[in-house]
Amino acid sequence: MQNKLSISNLDFFYGKAQALYEISLEIPERQVMAFIGPSGCGKSTFLRTLNRMNDTIPGIRVEGDVLIDGKNIYESGTDVVALRRKVGMVFQKSNPFPKTIFENVAYGIRINRIHKDKTDLEMRVEKALYDAALWDEVKDRLHTSAFGLSGGQQQRLCIARALAVQPEVILMDEPASALDPIATQKIEELVVELKKRYTIVIVTHNMQQAARVSDKTAFFMLGKLVEVNPTQKMFTSPDEKLTEDYITGRFG
Amino acid sequence: MADNESIHRRRKLVSSLMTALTLLCAVFAIVILLIILSYIAVQGLSSISLQFLIDTPKPVGEGGGIGNAILGSFLMTALACLIGLPIGIGAGVYLAEFGDNWFAKTVRFLADTLIGIPSIIVGIFIYTLVVLPMGRQSGLAGGLALAIIMIPIVARTTEEMIRLVPHSMREGALALGAPQWRVTLDIVMPAASTGIATGAMLAIARISGETAPLLFTALNSRFYNYFMDQPMASLTVQIFNYATGPFDVEHKMAWAATLILVGLILLINILVRYLTRRKF
Amino acid sequence: MEHRIIDQQLDLLRDKLLLLGGATENALHRAMRSLTERDSKLAREVLEEDKIIDRMEVEIDRFSIEILALQQPAAHDLRFVISVAKITPILERIADHAGSIADAALILNDHPEIKKLVDLPFMAQTAAEMLKTALDAFTTEDSAISREVILRDHKIDEAYKRVFNELLQIMIDDPTTTTASAYLLFVAKHLERIGDYVKDICELNVYLTEAAFIKHSRES
Repeated sequence: MQNKLSISNLDFFYGKAQALYEISLEIPERQVMAFIGPSGCGKSTFLRTLNRMNDTIPGIRVEGDVLIDGKNIYESGTDVVALRRKVGMVFQKSNPFPKTIFENVAYGIRINRIHKDKTDLEMRVEKALYDAALWDEVKDRLHTSAFGLSGGQQQRLCIARALAVQPEVILMDEPASALDPIATQKIEELVVELKKRYTIVIVTHNMQQAARVSDKTAFFMLGKLVEVNPTQKMFTSPDEKLTEDYITGRFG
Repeated sequence: MADNESIHRRRKLVSSLMTALTLLCAVFAIVILLIILSYIAVQGLSSISLQFLIDTPKPVGEGGGIGNAILGSFLMTALACLIGLPIGIGAGVYLAEFGDNWFAKTVRFLADTLIGIPSIIVGIFIYTLVVLPMGRQSGLAGGLALAIIMIPIVARTTEEMIRLVPHSMREGALALGAPQWRVTLDIVMPAASTGIATGAMLAIARISGETAPLLFTALNSRFYNYFMDQPMASLTVQIFNYATGPFDVEHKMAWAATLILVGLILLINILVRYLTRRKF
Repeated sequence: MEHRIIDQQLDLLRDKLLLLGGATENALHRAMRSLTERDSKLAREVLEEDKIIDRMEVEIDRFSIEILALQQPAAHDLRFVISVAKITPILERIADHAGSIADAALILNDHPEIKKLVDLPFMAQTAAEMLKTALDAFTTEDSAISREVILRDHKIDEAYKRVFNELLQIMIDDPTTTTASAYLLFVAKHLERIGDYVKDICELNVYLTEAAFIKHSRES
């Protein structure tokens, strides 16, 4: 199994405050890697260093290397726009654009000029919606507002939007934390389906969710990576006492 | 042990008292508005006729109307919008999206000050800057004066509305590889469009009611005038003229013109609300 | 460390298992006594009490499933519940073997006694000690002791071979003892099986404490 992302000695600072310490982690291709840990442990911050989403926050500083396919994304001269196209992101709160369902998915295709013509664009939108398991539910109302969808559908629309630009890695920041159990289950099924073609990194507060969908799990605490192991090992016999205490609910 | 029962009763009493007080204030505000509107309607309705709406002013006793004033107001407001809306919205976008520096802070402060300045001062400013060099009052000068009043209002409301767009929406677009300017243009502006339109509408309503700056700049005219470089009539100045005239029939016409003005502002309100209703 | 709801339940589960373990030890002990002391009344008691053990097994099964469903244990907690759930039927089967020994005792007690039952008391004592030590090691989560108990099983296996050969010889020497000898052979086989079951319990304790699977490995 090849490693898609390779992070070494990553430090992260908000101004003077250090949020991540010496993180080194290999993320294998076409697998699901879950990040777990108590609130404020840095798992979301770390996730956002992987597509340089943190760049939009003033006063941050990153040290160390994040290699994607062997190329350091923090090298000067990195095309952040191209990076974000390659590394898609789905957020905690579904954030559809104030546009139609179709235009939401088409947006990324349009700005990146991926499509050849109108027919190609329509096909790509349909494919993305289909891959996000949303097509059947929206095919008759593509040109209505995205805000008319349910919370779970909106989140799958955001996934479709991310898929439409043909990323290789998908980062998910607690994608189901605001959804009901049925909608959550659909997202989880989708994650498992998508890993056949994409490398997925998912941050979750829900440990059962991490257990259900991920191949490997990384446990963070106080800005440090405590343990990373195959998920079944992590949840049956973790190496670290700290991990054991966290996943058995002794703190956090 | 304090008597819980009596404390509870007192709290309930105070609570209902406060509710009643705020209700009273609300009723007061509404009643004043209704009195004004109904007074204008009662006073003005009798003088309104088609003739009144299309005629130009005539000497007392020969009838006369406000047709040219409506046209003048329309032309000058349109000019003000043409200049004021793009500049105001553009400035608002800058303040909201990139406004984290000393320059933006200064602009913001100046805009707030400008909003508070009496409009007559804007009139004098344009008088000095445009009317004197041109050698005469004109619709152009009037429109410019209105635009200057409009810009800070539009800029500040636009800024506030854009700031209300959730950060998560911008992140969604950035994460797709959109550059900052496209995020602003494609995502943030449409999301804030209803709010920006409301701000623009408020500004239009505000300048439609302005009299003082027009007195210096556009002056007035007794004729239909389609040329912006000529003095131009406006509803508000016409109302001022009728209202300050010595004859009762003029006063009646002032009321009628007022009713038309209020009606037009109401129409703009409804129109903008219709056009910017939530499509998404 | 915070107090967790699951802790209470795990403690209760452990108590239930230990009660079952105690009842099983008792059944084995009394079944052997009914044989050595030729006490048919005691044998019937053992058979009667097997029903109680069956009920205890069902109760532990039910409770284990409840904890899995409602508390969703992870890591050590999960291994504990799984171990208990797997040890329970093993204990029940040991008790069944004890019952079978009591059955044999009922028949043997109608026949003349054969040569002090050869090595059977030794086998029984070894099995009983192994069972007790295995359960103690499970309670204290001491896998070293469990590994040691596993090694003791060969003593029973060797004794079984000796008893087998000896009883065969007795049958050949005196064909009138064939029925009694055959039943004694059954008893020996039951005891040999109990030894294997105790080994399984020990392996589960190694899984619980070390998260290591040693069953079917060279170690066992």
